[in-house]
Amino acid sequence: MAGCRLWVSLLLAAALASSATAVWPWPQYIQTYHRRYTLYPNNFQFRYHAASAAQAGCVVLDEAFRRYRNLLFGSGSWPRPSFSRKQLILGKNVLVVSVITAECNEFPNLESVENCLETFSQLVWKSAEGTFFINKTKIKDFPRFPHRGILLDTSRHYLPLSSILDTLDVMAYNKFNVFHWHLVDDSSFPYESFTFPELTRKGSYNPVTHIYTAQDVKEVIEYARLRGIRVLAEFDTPGHTLSWGPGVPGLLTPCYSGSRPSGTFGPVNPSLNSTYDFMSTFFLEISSVFPDFYLHLGGDEVDFTCWRSNPNIEAFMKKKGFSDFKQLESFYIQTLLDIVSDYDKGYVVWQEVFDNKVKVRPDTIIQVWREEIPVDYMKEMEEITKAGFRALLSAPWYLNRVTYGPDWKDMYKVEPLAFHGTSEQKGLVIGGEACMWGEYVDSTNLVPRLWPRAGAIAERLWSSNLTTNMDFAFKRLSHFRCEMLRRGVQAQPISVGYCEQEFEQT
Amino acid sequence: MRPSPHRTPELLLALLALAAQASAQQTPALWPWPRSVKVSPELLNIAPENFHIFHGRNSRASPSCSLLQEAFQRYYKYIFGFYKRHHGPANFQGGAQLEQLQVSITLQSQCDSFPTVSSDESYSLLVQGPVSFLKAKRVWGALRGLETFSQLVYQDSDGAFTINKSSITDSPRFAHRGILIDTSRHYLSVKTILKTLDAMAFNKFNVLHWHIVDDQSFPYQSTAFPELSNKGSYSLSHVYTPRDVHKVVEYARVRGIRVIPEFDTPGHTQSWGKGQKDLLTPCYIEKRKTERVGPINPTLNTTYTFFNTFFKEISSVFPDHFIHLGGDEVDFRCWLSNPDIQNFMKKKGFGDNSMSLESFYIKNILDIITSLKKGSIVWQELFDDNVELRPDTVVEVWKNENYLANLKEVTSSGFKAILSAPWYLDIISYGQDWKKYYRVEPLKFDGSKKQKQLVIGGEACLWGEYVDATNLIPRLWPRASAVGERLWSPETVIDVDDAYSRLVRHRCRMVSRGITAQPLFTGHCGH
Repeated sequence: MAGCRLWVSLLLAAALASSATAVWPWPQYIQTYHRRYTLYPNNFQFRYHAASAAQAGCVVLDEAFRRYRNLLFGSGSWPRPSFSRKQLILGKNVLVVSVITAECNEFPNLESVENCLETFSQLVWKSAEGTFFINKTKIKDFPRFPHRGILLDTSRHYLPLSSILDTLDVMAYNKFNVFHWHLVDDSSFPYESFTFPELTRKGSYNPVTHIYTAQDVKEVIEYARLRGIRVLAEFDTPGHTLSWGPGVPGLLTPCYSGSRPSGTFGPVNPSLNSTYDFMSTFFLEISSVFPDFYLHLGGDEVDFTCWRSNPNIEAFMKKKGFSDFKQLESFYIQTLLDIVSDYDKGYVVWQEVFDNKVKVRPDTIIQVWREEIPVDYMKEMEEITKAGFRALLSAPWYLNRVTYGPDWKDMYKVEPLAFHGTSEQKGLVIGGEACMWGEYVDSTNLVPRLWPRAGAIAERLWSSNLTTNMDFAFKRLSHFRCEMLRRGVQAQPISVGYCEQEFEQT
Repeated sequence: MRPSPHRTPELLLALLALAAQASAQQTPALWPWPRSVKVSPELLNIAPENFHIFHGRNSRASPSCSLLQEAFQRYYKYIFGFYKRHHGPANFQGGAQLEQLQVSITLQSQCDSFPTVSSDESYSLLVQGPVSFLKAKRVWGALRGLETFSQLVYQDSDGAFTINKSSITDSPRFAHRGILIDTSRHYLSVKTILKTLDAMAFNKFNVLHWHIVDDQSFPYQSTAFPELSNKGSYSLSHVYTPRDVHKVVEYARVRGIRVIPEFDTPGHTQSWGKGQKDLLTPCYIEKRKTERVGPINPTLNTTYTFFNTFFKEISSVFPDHFIHLGGDEVDFRCWLSNPDIQNFMKKKGFGDNSMSLESFYIKNILDIITSLKKGSIVWQELFDDNVELRPDTVVEVWKNENYLANLKEVTSSGFKAILSAPWYLDIISYGQDWKKYYRVEPLKFDGSKKQKQLVIGGEACLWGEYVDATNLIPRLWPRASAVGERLWSPETVIDVDDAYSRLVRHRCRMVSRGITAQPLFTGHCGH
């Protein structure tokens, strides 16, 4: 993995000072010096190293240079530095960027350079007089876990495109690299499918205003790509699918009361061939719309009562020789997984799929979300990795749950590898996700609920397992939260106090 | 107890919620619910370009009353201005139209006065075509009535503005309906405070309890003692200048909202010490003076000279009759560690009873306030500690354990009481905690009718340890709305399902008026 090496030793000398530490997440290796350099916005440049595999014209980096220039110095024009005093300008300030292998237009991306630039931007500070400084610093950095995600739920409440894009910006500040997009669920179906337009027409909150068009989805993916973030799309089945029903007649299981259909519907109907025809076509579209290798197929919380009530399901099970609804669920999931595999996609599923012993491909990723049932989540991690599957942790990181006080500390203290297992098993833990389910969250409260609380998880997934000092984390996170405010992010306070630049009410 | 984890049992609720949203379109989403409402199924159409709010012919207020003029404009905008859809000229096929709302003030209008605890907020509203009537004794009732009127208007499925013929008479159950904001733990910009006042008016709150200073910072810029904020604020840009305060007070006034400042002493005063020498008590450890300071030093004459001048300023800057004097959570250990204080207590015959010292201090402060012809509100500790209070002191009950018993005791001693114990909105939890706030019945204690009349109202408190401008609005609204209805509406208005269906729409209305009120549950707003 290409790491980030950042050696700040610019060409200018200046007086002594120590820098404020607003670096978040904390790098793997960092050495800071008292020596500091002045940065002049007009003279400062990002430049490609002559030997770099990426050169000007690499969109990801050209864009990143522009973005970080704005973040550092603002987009307005700056007065020329005055040279009249004894300070002498010896040359330009330059951050030289060198990339070993360039993948500018690929989706497996230049994430490490992006993160490098982010770290650099966090090292710059401004004196009371408004001069920009950076201390001499040596950093060598790389992430502890490769999968560091944020889940947003756009079904319980629709989130406007701008909320999603803003979230991607802040994810980049926190070095998150996966946007897990829980697009649809029982409540609404905002994803506009071009093969099945009826899905949004009948299943969204409002088919004009509360949908994501193909263009919207593309924009999210490209915006994320430029920030080194993957988009992991989730289409959760066979449960959590009520909103699919109105647009695809026959897809959901009709529930019976007595010998008659009650008019209500349950999970996807696993007994019909038409179901699998639909899923084939639907996931063919999804596989081409979302470029990431992985799709999230859900598979959580399937309610068997409706299946149980339906005589056709009963007949189907008899025919198949199933005695248990878990077998029926397995049958559905396995058929679905085969479909998706055929499209050369990998998949992530919620832990129930593993708990219910569905036979899955060995490269399946299992996401752990339940804290105590069927077992403690650490035990679950142990069992999943023991079975040889890769695991993602999100159980202790449900950010939609709120309590009074600095609950980020509990999330920060989680150690994802604190289970009994071989080093091989621990190697199967590829990371984790902070989940923001949407029952009580929409664009009115998303940002302050997410930040800086998700930052705690970002550092846990990025930094060394030795980065655990709470006081140190508190100090840096307080600073970093102020830095986020400076960048216009509505991040809520973690304690009493103030920031030089507070959030401005609009 | 854990909040329900993933997303399990809420599905059914979600469907019910959607169903409720759909069917509830019939009844108007009034919040808080008025004392008496009669809604006819007969509809009137309103064409924005052919609708005006006027002063009634016999009104005691005239167009020179800018408070009402501005309110007319404001509510016209709330009713029509936030809807984006374009409408052609009125073209209602013979349907009845509403063209005017006439607003009449029947007694002296009080247009240029400040609202008080005894201000009359009652009004009656008769909606009929082509002219509807809003009647109130004073401007305060007219403001409440305009809010109600604005809540009656909705857009039908074709986007036409519509109102049901109806007749409403309304007045508040409690006179004191407050929101506490804390600008010391975190500074709140004036803009954020004004936004809060807007939302308060939408919910018929009438008191902004401004907990303006505390241990952490002293943002109030005093003209008599400028060093208090120069040294005690977080930074020189984290202060409220006299102009800022004036702006808040006036913005509140024209919305019928009183501003009650709280200057909490003798505890919670660390930030005062930075700008006022010798005001705080030096703490001792084993007879050695330390760097630490404790509560206000109650033994020095200079303390009372200071407060005399300070509260004189406060009583003129803040026009309300009441000043909140705090008095909560005094840490006695520092007092007792100090040899000078020990001597003083001996001299006064207090022994080692620190409550007597507290009592002595408070009595002096209360005397100062009385001499300034102002009234005092205090936190319940002063009553609990048997501090000698003047009979007209109002006691605010905030301790959550047995708060009804506390109300009973306070009122049986003849004091007026304000309840805030069950309404600490800074304490958050997962899910629909508004229901908990809504179900509180402030008068559910054994007591005489007279005692119950002494409960003048309540306050929703949003303490600032974890709250600043980034999260204040969604944390406050619509959770505080539950408290708003409890304090305004008759005690019989307790149906939580009915409240839910109205509050969902009231929340969307707040969002459309620019208040980022958070969702109650899964769903969406029409815009």
